[in-house]
Amino acid sequence: MGVEGIGARVARKEDKRFITGAGRYVEDMVLPGMRQAVFVRSPHAHAAITSIDVSKALEMPGVVGVLTGRELKADGIGNIICGWMIHSKDGSPMKMGAWSPLAVDRVRYVGDAVAIVIADTKGQARDAAEAVEVSYDVRDAVTQAVDALKPGAPQLHPEAEGNLIFDWELGDAAPTDAAIASAAHVTTMHIVNNRLVPNAMEPRAALGYYDKAEDHYTCWTTSQNPHVARLVMSAFYNVAPENKLRVIAPDVGGGFGSKIFIYPEEIVCLWASKKTGVPVKWVADRTESFMTDAHGRDHVTEVKMAFDADNRITGLKVDTIANFGAYMSLFSSSVPTYLYATLLSGQYNIPAIHANVRAVYTNTSPVDAYRGAGRPEATYLLERTMETAARELGVSPAELRRQNFITEFPHQTPVIMCYDAGDYATSLDAAMQAADYAGFPARRDEAKQRGKLRGIGMSAYIEACGIAPSAAVGSLGAGVGLWESAEVRVNAVGTIEVLTGSHSHGQGHETTFAQLVAGRLGIPIEQVSIVHGDTDKVQMGMGTYGSRSGAVGMSAVFKALDKVEAKAKKIAAHLMEADEGDIVIENGALKVAGTDKNVPWFQLALAAYTAHNLPAGMEPGLKETAFYDPSNFTFPAGCYICEVEVDPDTGTTEIIQFVAADDFGNIINPMIVEGQVHGGVAQGIGQAMLEGAVYDRESGQLVTASYMDYTMPRASDVPSFKVSTSNTPCPGNPLGIKGCGEAGAIGSPPAVMNAITDAIGSNDLTMPATPEKVWAALHAATKH
Amino acid sequence: MYSVNYHRASSLADAASLAKKGEARYLSGGMTLIPAMKVRLAAPSDVIDLSHIAELKGVSVSGNSVRIGAGTTHAEVAGNAALKAICPAICSLAAHIGDPHVRHMGTLGGSIANNDPAADYPAAMLALNATIVTDRREIPAEDFFTGLFETALDEGEIVTAVTFQAPSKSGYSKFPNPASRYAMAGVFVAQDQDGVRVAVTGAGENGVFRSPEIEAALASNFDASALQGVTVPSDGLMSDLHASAAYRANLVVVMAKRAVGAANG
Repeated sequence: MGVEGIGARVARKEDKRFITGAGRYVEDMVLPGMRQAVFVRSPHAHAAITSIDVSKALEMPGVVGVLTGRELKADGIGNIICGWMIHSKDGSPMKMGAWSPLAVDRVRYVGDAVAIVIADTKGQARDAAEAVEVSYDVRDAVTQAVDALKPGAPQLHPEAEGNLIFDWELGDAAPTDAAIASAAHVTTMHIVNNRLVPNAMEPRAALGYYDKAEDHYTCWTTSQNPHVARLVMSAFYNVAPENKLRVIAPDVGGGFGSKIFIYPEEIVCLWASKKTGVPVKWVADRTESFMTDAHGRDHVTEVKMAFDADNRITGLKVDTIANFGAYMSLFSSSVPTYLYATLLSGQYNIPAIHANVRAVYTNTSPVDAYRGAGRPEATYLLERTMETAARELGVSPAELRRQNFITEFPHQTPVIMCYDAGDYATSLDAAMQAADYAGFPARRDEAKQRGKLRGIGMSAYIEACGIAPSAAVGSLGAGVGLWESAEVRVNAVGTIEVLTGSHSHGQGHETTFAQLVAGRLGIPIEQVSIVHGDTDKVQMGMGTYGSRSGAVGMSAVFKALDKVEAKAKKIAAHLMEADEGDIVIENGALKVAGTDKNVPWFQLALAAYTAHNLPAGMEPGLKETAFYDPSNFTFPAGCYICEVEVDPDTGTTEIIQFVAADDFGNIINPMIVEGQVHGGVAQGIGQAMLEGAVYDRESGQLVTASYMDYTMPRASDVPSFKVSTSNTPCPGNPLGIKGCGEAGAIGSPPAVMNAITDAIGSNDLTMPATPEKVWAALHAATKH
Repeated sequence: MYSVNYHRASSLADAASLAKKGEARYLSGGMTLIPAMKVRLAAPSDVIDLSHIAELKGVSVSGNSVRIGAGTTHAEVAGNAALKAICPAICSLAAHIGDPHVRHMGTLGGSIANNDPAADYPAAMLALNATIVTDRREIPAEDFFTGLFETALDEGEIVTAVTFQAPSKSGYSKFPNPASRYAMAGVFVAQDQDGVRVAVTGAGENGVFRSPEIEAALASNFDASALQGVTVPSDGLMSDLHASAAYRANLVVVMAKRAVGAANG
């Protein structure tokens, strides 16, 4: 049984149903009388709606209803909001434009929902959707944030003059400017962080069901946080009060952040179910996902990093323009602010930092958190700048980093974060050794003999995970608390259900959470079930994002287990007439330490429920709840090294090796952690070399709206990764966990780009570094 | 997909008579037509499935003469041992079209009748100086491919086979589009006693074309080194999200070198 506890490579319990096609996703849900919905969407990036005529569509075969924004508004359904308040540096609150779940008189991006058509079959709904006649008065569109800030740019929302949502700053400008002015060397970079489409394997979906008899709603939806969905739909969108709304997120096929947010479709399906009297199901097709899932990244940044004569960093100045798309999505404002600028110290001692961030509306899909959320953007600019500085200063990139590492903890940065633990040199050394960094020059020379350009690049990242504690995020503007809940229910013969507010959509919670319980009590892992994703089963929770399920969600389970154990020990002491302090739990039994007296776990559970012989005054039963709020963010960190070979004839880059040396603190299941790193690095390689959402600058059409034009990483694009971990346990939570879900996507893009730019001898390269861009950069460089 | 009537043709004559219905389209694998119908970009009233017509199937090799039935799948071409013995380039080409699913459904006839400017087979047909056999006539490849998704086929005419003489040497190399994996530049080279023919797919604004610059360079010396310093004009080449005309012009020469290398392999 020890092989199933913390640290064991337990095979994922949930995989059997996934790989045998037995998983149950929203699309698999069937209700009596259920109908299919299709959304009528704007074909224009920016237009006024002058009229909507649904009469023809209503007469089409199988059509049950066609509903528009005017009816939605007449029923009092609220606008979609952003739940994190940011104030500009002048003290004014962020300028949030109205986002109606169905557009009423204006559309602001290609894909904006205009009407819902409900019919017996999806084909009929599609046919009828084509028959809805919407008249548009097309307006000029703007898709680039930099363009949207220019005088005379098309205006999206009356609330946001000049399309500016906020102009925010963090850090101290005066000492930063002084450091730059007196620097021995300043490295200046213009950094573009490309826009990404999340591309979860399962597209978004919603099934809304209104039960007339109970006056009660149920929503099955592809959510990473069903409780937050219920809270927001109740409190802000007036769908129904919380006691009349159940939200279920069953098996969910990946999210990467894109399924945190509450989208128009689930709100409209619930409302439409009451309106039409039938359950209403909508499942996005792939191009709908490309168009309407919240995108990620899309920053343009100017960076200045100052060094003294000894190559120590003295200051960092960052000026970022962040594209928010057409509307403010649920947590959009937190991403380029408190999840970004707070990480600008990286792994380095930087005495002065100043960041300015302008958030801008454009006629594009809303932008919000995507794997890493703000931290990849911070890491990319820092690590590209560090590598560039090393080249400019003529020193080793590894040694420049090492020289500037933070080595004493806790460490207070100039940008809010207080790092609690870490050992950055250990990760750097491990990565350099695994990559045979010292042997690189010989490999480069050998490649040259074959006509190939070899390059090496590294990245030393830090991230803040857990997205907690509540008081801290509340002081920074979060509209919700960011703790987690757990309930441990011991059944009468000892099997256990753990109810968690975390949500698993690929992470493997059904295995790792069960490992924690099985290991603590010494019972077989099969006797532990993990329940999540249903607001009727789990009372409240905050969901899964920001690598928080281990550090926060499992810590809540840990706390609930403390309570279960405390009560169990009292009962055991009573039964064995021993002192409570002498009771230990080992191998599935409660024992009196140092004796052979014991009560097996199942008997203890039975005793708690038969209640024939409990300590005086004790309530029967064995079930405990905990709400866990951590004391700090967690700070996973590591070092990644990428080695590439570029074919100068075509610009094709092959990744020869990729090394990841991470410090995730304590690890529950190394196999799952490695899988998280592999997936994250693959996504990071995708961002660096392959992926990029492109809008036509004139028309605002999404050019990359399918896999014919948007390049996803394939198996052949990634090498076999060399991963390792070191461990400085996190002091901020009882399990010492830091989190591992986002690290790969955060640390890898700069390592890849540093390697490619090293290979071609030109720093003039943006992501995605496609063969054409690499070839062009190489040829521009060799012409000079 | 809109509602559509499906017909399984039992013979060429059956197919030709079914084709007179409404807005009918032939289906020969459907690797392009079905996706286009699914996203409602194509909306035929009727589809006539040619993939069960026996006379369209199979590869026959006699000496250097090759005949490939139009209904032969890419996987069947890729795996034909007799063909591989005399013209490995076309087997290698077929083995790298799409993915395994596509290769087991898509057919040579379907590919050339569709004439996608980024499809692989048109380059082979042109470089091999193939003859396209239809249910009505024989058309030289030179005259068959007439523009983007355009061919010399008349309304209702069906490709039944292609024939060609295996050259003494041939090779194909393509640079795939990073997203779609269609050819962004694909070059087929063939050398026989009549000279060298070089056809380029994936790059031309009007679809597949022969490259006189590369043919001239290879005419006297069929070796990759003969292409050192050779350039092809970027005029007339496609420019899109994935590759500029200038980059495609570069790729054409690089792929030609690799194709010659493969041919001499």
